[in-house]
Amino acid sequence: MSNLTELTLAAARDALAAKDVSAREMAEAHIAAIEDARALNAFITETPERALAMADASDKRLAAGEAGAIEGVPLAIKDLFCTQGIQTTAGSHILEGFKPEYESSVGTNLWAAGGVMLGKTNLDEFAMGSSNETSFFGNVINPWRRDGEDTDIVPGGSSGGSASAVAAFLAKGATGTDTGGSIRQPGAFAGIVGMKPTYGRCSRWGIVAFASSLDQAGPMTRTVQDSAILLGAMAGYDPKDSTSVNTAVPDYEAALTGDIRGLKIGIPREYRVDGMPPEIDALWQQGIEWLKAAGAETVEISLPHTKYALPAYYIVAPAEASSNLARYDGVRYGQRVEADDLTDMYELTRAEGFGPEVQRRIMIGAYVLSAGYYDAYYLKAQRVRTRIAEDFKTAYQSVDAILTPTAPSAAFGIGEKGDDPIAMYLNDVFTVPASMAGLPGISVPAGLAADGLPLGLQVLGKAFDEETMFRVAGVLEEAAGFTARPANWWGTSS
Amino acid sequence: MTAAKGTIIQGATGDWEIVIGLEVHAQVISQAKLFSGAATEFGAEPNSQVSLIDAAMPGMLPVINAEAVAQAVRTGLGLNAKINLRSVFDRKNYFYPDLPQGYQISQFLQPVVGEGVVHLELPDGTSHDVGIERLHLEQDAGKSVHDMHPSQTYVDLNRSGIALMEIVSKPDLRSAEQAGAYVRKLRAIVRYLGTCDGNMEQGSMRADVNVSVRRPSGDLGTRAEVKNVNSVRFIQQAIEYEAQRQVDVLEEGGEIVQETRLFDANNGTTRAMRSKEESHDYRYFPDPDLLPLEFSQAYVDELAADLPELPDAKLARFQAELGLSAYDADVLVAEKEIADYFEAAAKDRDAKTVANWVSGTLFASLNKSGKNITQSPVTAEQLGGLLDLMADNTISGKIAKDVFEEMFETGKNADAVVEEKGLKQVSDTGAIEAMIDEVLAANPDKVEEYRAGKVQLLGFFVGQVMKASGGKANPGVVNEVLRGKLGG
Repeated sequence: MSNLTELTLAAARDALAAKDVSAREMAEAHIAAIEDARALNAFITETPERALAMADASDKRLAAGEAGAIEGVPLAIKDLFCTQGIQTTAGSHILEGFKPEYESSVGTNLWAAGGVMLGKTNLDEFAMGSSNETSFFGNVINPWRRDGEDTDIVPGGSSGGSASAVAAFLAKGATGTDTGGSIRQPGAFAGIVGMKPTYGRCSRWGIVAFASSLDQAGPMTRTVQDSAILLGAMAGYDPKDSTSVNTAVPDYEAALTGDIRGLKIGIPREYRVDGMPPEIDALWQQGIEWLKAAGAETVEISLPHTKYALPAYYIVAPAEASSNLARYDGVRYGQRVEADDLTDMYELTRAEGFGPEVQRRIMIGAYVLSAGYYDAYYLKAQRVRTRIAEDFKTAYQSVDAILTPTAPSAAFGIGEKGDDPIAMYLNDVFTVPASMAGLPGISVPAGLAADGLPLGLQVLGKAFDEETMFRVAGVLEEAAGFTARPANWWGTSS
Repeated sequence: MTAAKGTIIQGATGDWEIVIGLEVHAQVISQAKLFSGAATEFGAEPNSQVSLIDAAMPGMLPVINAEAVAQAVRTGLGLNAKINLRSVFDRKNYFYPDLPQGYQISQFLQPVVGEGVVHLELPDGTSHDVGIERLHLEQDAGKSVHDMHPSQTYVDLNRSGIALMEIVSKPDLRSAEQAGAYVRKLRAIVRYLGTCDGNMEQGSMRADVNVSVRRPSGDLGTRAEVKNVNSVRFIQQAIEYEAQRQVDVLEEGGEIVQETRLFDANNGTTRAMRSKEESHDYRYFPDPDLLPLEFSQAYVDELAADLPELPDAKLARFQAELGLSAYDADVLVAEKEIADYFEAAAKDRDAKTVANWVSGTLFASLNKSGKNITQSPVTAEQLGGLLDLMADNTISGKIAKDVFEEMFETGKNADAVVEEKGLKQVSDTGAIEAMIDEVLAANPDKVEEYRAGKVQLLGFFVGQVMKASGGKANPGVVNEVLRGKLGG
């Protein structure tokens, strides 16, 4: 069978189950593609031996009729997920060389379902960034380029390595984590499907924490169907995570009926922000038309506290991060810079171990939690958060899902926004509100910008109603007919 | 009931009153730590009881131990306190090598237990109620070991994550003695409940002592906090030293700085550790890894229904049903094991006699041999057997003491000792008469004197007869026969 990397996850699964192809062949094809795509810097650690061993085990299970739901499917794992015996860095120097003795719960679920691990993908340091430019292990390059240019383009962030790997056909799917948009925005930037489940749907156990009340793992794939399949393999209640929700995982793939007749889709007026490129607005209008044509009813809704979401997010997330990252102190694992006394050891270790963006957020977080400022910042941000959640609750009394753009622009060139953190933070303006409310969202590639880079539309769902969200996303995908793909400029063999 | 009096320090410029509040840290009895499944046994090999969570490995998450919550609720009930059906765990952020997470999970604004009260009976017969401000659950830190290497510190994380209850009193204590009585009472309550073993030497109970002084009934003074004091005696020493130090500072025109101080057990003094200005900003905020702790009133009621009888209830019962004095009863209820021993021995016997024997003879022997009540060679049943022999006049009270000592020595039953040593009381009038005749015959002059009116000599004759009988003669019979013969 040729072009094994071209198959969708669903098609690969079916081919493997039909024994048209072995898991080993499938793994080898992807290992070769990864080796050929090192120019993208999508992986921090490649694990070909592990992949082949897992593939062989999959072939045995396939032969024995004991195949799991994604038996033999090669996957890339964001290097924020702890992987037993395999270096886990979170994109940070401070964890360089750290090999966990345990596997994340999501990883455990994936391997139990038959997934095959290709390696650990690059990311913004501790998932803090929207362009994958903060990784200690270097920028990830987006396989997409502007028409007629060879400028390196960012893949978005923080799950930039996963986005590039999937967009460049290096893996059938990848895990990402989304705190304020870290799956959906790189999904849009790389022309793939990025999906963040409801908070509590996937276990956070064994995922390096950024902002605990917001972090959520999700799938990154090339199609909505693949997204549904991969989420089904990742999700599930986990008693080891107190915020994991004990509710059954439905058959998401079965929810993709293609029938959205009679569904009410909310169009939030507050998402028409100043300075948004007309082509984004035009794509959004196009999306509305597509859904209407499929028999849905679109309703203008108001989410009045939207404009406060981003500032509140940049208080809550750094506050939690400043505390979550305190454990990286050089005492027990990871990097340590020796010094004459304890305070110096802490300061030198953390100054050398953390990059500038992480340090900035730790300082913001420590500041907003400090005595005398807690009420004005952290407490107020939490109140805003409650209002944002109420906005959605009210809206969902009259609509079944919400349609918005994923990001306010297409991807940009590496270094183009590097010196302005606020401009960078604005990337998340459409993804952060759902994160603050804990709601599911999915970015679907829906068109190309004038310069040839992909653009995404975002569908938001009700809490724990990923099924309706997937169904709408599937219709959108079908209508958009997005078949564009990046030209392979990085490889030698294509 | 009289109100307890506080200590007054008489200074050069007038009287000063001591105001004390205690924060007692009590280690919860539970198989597992507060948020991890790791074991909690004391004295294990360093770093042998550490889970991935306790070591704060990346991506690890806390999950509340339901038994630790139940223990906190039981303790709250034992402190007659308000149980909060909803409470919140917060992170207290600071850096230290024995604090792997870089924060301690504690309860700051919404503790699991609110206000309560502890009742004290003091040795001078007065009593005192101490208000409880709150009780909250928190994680213990690990242990830094500084003396294993000249320039390096070692860290043992066995203790890291163990569940503690921090029990905060109101500033209701007015003397070192009251503070001691309060800690002993608290210890008794948690031990009755089985929620903390109260072992202060092993550190499963320790106290931060807040001390200030003021003019009697004046405004509260600035307080100093003496950290981590681990015995009742040290707590009392720390209070006495600290109060006097503050009076000295104030009388010399100085000011008390609000600060944290360390107690030095070697010389009974305290010294400054850090002032308020240097104190940490702990940046408390609700732990986003944990949901608020919520349970129903029915759950609390269920725990309440299963509580054992507590010291106060037992004390009241011992007074009302058994007729003991408040002080006698208080001594017996201080330790659950003592109360149990007493009750077993007092079953169907005269409670006052048993109380006297337990708190007198038995305690003295236990003290002398360095044993506690559970190690007593004389069981409650055996003590009861001894008292039965006294009650039915088989032996006298004096002989009983000797028999007890033999029992304590050998662990034998009372009747066996009496039998072996031939200590049965002689009540046979014939035998006694013979002994009396001998004594009278040997002391004709004393007989003369007695008959001439010196009747106080009766005691002399009784003594002589008892001596002749080797203590075994029934004193009642001796008296009766003697009177007959002398008066006759």
